[in-house]
Amino acid sequence: MLKIENLHAEIDGKEILKGLSLSVNAGEVHAIMGPNGAGKSTLGYVLGGRPGYEVTQGSVTFDGQDLLELEPHERAAAGLFLGFQYPVEIPGVSNVQFLREALNAQRAGRDEKPLSGAEFLKVARAQADGLGLSQDMLKRPVNVGFSGGEKKRNEMVQMGIVDPKLAILDETDSGLDIDALRVVGDGINRIMRQSTKAVLLITHYQRLLDYVRPDFVHVLSDGRITRTGGPELAHELEREGYAGAIA
Amino acid sequence: MAIRNAEAYAAVSKKYEWGFATEVEQDFAPKGLTEDTVRYISAKKNEPEWMLDWRLKAFRLWQTMEAPDWSKLNVPPIDYQDAYYYAEPKAKATIKSLDDLDPEIRRTYEKLGIPIEEQKLLAGVEGAEPPRRVAVDAVFDSVSVATTFRDELERAGVIFRSISEAIREYPNLVRKWLGKVVPQRDNYFATLNSAVFSDGTFVYVPKGVRCPMELSTYFRINAENTGQFERTLIVADEGAYVSYLEGCTAPMRDENQLHAAVVELVAMDDAEIKYSTVQNWYPGDENGVGGIYNFVTKRALCQGRNSKVSWTQVETGSAITWKYPSCVLAGDGSVGEFYSVAVTNNRQQADTGTKMIHLGKNTKSTIVSKGISAGRSDNTYRGLVRVAPTAENVRNFTQCDSLLLSDQCGAHTVPYIEVRNPSAQIEHEATTSKISDDQMFYAMSRGLDPEAAVALIVNGFAREVLQQLPMEFAVEAQKLLGISLEGSVG
Repeated sequence: MLKIENLHAEIDGKEILKGLSLSVNAGEVHAIMGPNGAGKSTLGYVLGGRPGYEVTQGSVTFDGQDLLELEPHERAAAGLFLGFQYPVEIPGVSNVQFLREALNAQRAGRDEKPLSGAEFLKVARAQADGLGLSQDMLKRPVNVGFSGGEKKRNEMVQMGIVDPKLAILDETDSGLDIDALRVVGDGINRIMRQSTKAVLLITHYQRLLDYVRPDFVHVLSDGRITRTGGPELAHELEREGYAGAIA
Repeated sequence: MAIRNAEAYAAVSKKYEWGFATEVEQDFAPKGLTEDTVRYISAKKNEPEWMLDWRLKAFRLWQTMEAPDWSKLNVPPIDYQDAYYYAEPKAKATIKSLDDLDPEIRRTYEKLGIPIEEQKLLAGVEGAEPPRRVAVDAVFDSVSVATTFRDELERAGVIFRSISEAIREYPNLVRKWLGKVVPQRDNYFATLNSAVFSDGTFVYVPKGVRCPMELSTYFRINAENTGQFERTLIVADEGAYVSYLEGCTAPMRDENQLHAAVVELVAMDDAEIKYSTVQNWYPGDENGVGGIYNFVTKRALCQGRNSKVSWTQVETGSAITWKYPSCVLAGDGSVGEFYSVAVTNNRQQADTGTKMIHLGKNTKSTIVSKGISAGRSDNTYRGLVRVAPTAENVRNFTQCDSLLLSDQCGAHTVPYIEVRNPSAQIEHEATTSKISDDQMFYAMSRGLDPEAAVALIVNGFAREVLQQLPMEFAVEAQKLLGISLEGSVG
């Protein structure tokens, strides 16, 4: 589904990704772990198409399509979802309005009919319920005044609504208490654990992986993947730190 | 990544949709501005002697005045002799019903989505339950070509007429209030308007009457090289309520055209007037060629106790906007409100705001101004809050927010606060911000294209003001904000 080959990317002339390669197939969950500054968030942004991140070498294909050619909104329509480490506030725009416009824009990009207000609300309410987000939060402006945990849950509600093929979740576990972590983990499994879908979990810690069990764990260090293993690798990293995995 | 590539989006930006011209034969006053022009206009409208005298007095005064230069606007010199001051579509002898209206003009309003036939509803409100009706006065260049629902309004006691008709049919009412809120000598453009005003709307809502429907005037400039001088007067008697909407468009032309309006509102004891504007005059092209000069004096007199006037404006059009809808809060306990969204793009200039003049005790005012600047435009909020020595316990709250969409545009906030009574409580808040890259990327990564993302963020920014609009205009205004800013990402 996602094929990254020898990816080099820089920001402000500074090379962050230095020849990263990774293949993700449908039905798989991959965890990317690594120390601070290794390039984890950069990988998420480059895949999402954030301006300012320049790809200097290598290729990324998504379902056979050249992902790097696409604008961020086209990537969304193609089925890619980027869960933000720091979800952004949009004052004056209600969550419902934002998500309905976003979903219908994606549908338009796929030549599908837009959802009516009523149809959309049904979908949105179900997703909010699934993640323990109150109906009231759907009406509030996007992420404004939300706690850290609410913002992350809201990201998962958005993911449930747009129903992507590939989710890249950047430190979705940060800022969550134990209960919220379970709710979010369950949400990821429910929405994304399907044979036609895939997840790239970017995380510092093992703890989310207790809920969302990865098929592969990769260690990202200095812009490259230096080790790949199964779920046991995450436990090893948790015990022994990154030093051994990087060397 | 191309999302910050301004040229690419400028290329796809939509044209001004309302920029078509209507082919219709028109009668013009002779070019230029002299006493004869004033007499011509007055004669065309079959005005009584007192009206002509009033106009001539204004004209003579105007000749001694100079255009104001205190605003932060760069206004090229205007040759007042090189323009027409009156243009009316050649009509059949008398228009008795809409069937007599020139089909080209009818089509114009159909294209603009303005219902001049009573069974039709404004676009965007179809399906509303119960169906909401809006009475329309349609002003085409210098004349009103239709007013709808007047019989039904009359049964409720509401007078809804073009000002030209009102001068003939209700001379006492008009004469009592015309020029009382905005005196002839108020300012250069108001004086000019007093001399050559062509058409506009007159509304009188009698004691205790709640106007049964929204009233509106739709101003269209069509003729080339012609100024439009709107004059509107709305009087709400004791305990009356009326909501009035105003919309404006013009064809795309290379020349600049002048729209110099005067609007006067009077609210008696416990009366309330809600006045909403969606101003969408042709703004000129991306290089600043053409567009309307919108030099407007709007003022409300809250004469009665506990009276209330609320101005809401969405200003997206015009090459230059010079406009300060104001409230004179004379009655004790009266309330003035001003809610404004002003959008400037390309080379547009806007210097707009309000004046809240607190004369009565316990008077309150609220000012919420949202300025959005893009391209190489310049957007100024200018507002005065004045508290007279006699005005005890005045409250004012002012909030001015500016949003910048480019690095070549300007946003300015110029508050004037003059307080002569120590019991007053005045609050002023101001912010300036840019649409952040974070917001843009976040919205785009959820599937919105750059234009839709900007429109969404800007609508969120302007929400407090848009909420004040009657439903009929809110939908239109939201779309308009998006369209006005197309091509501005970058």
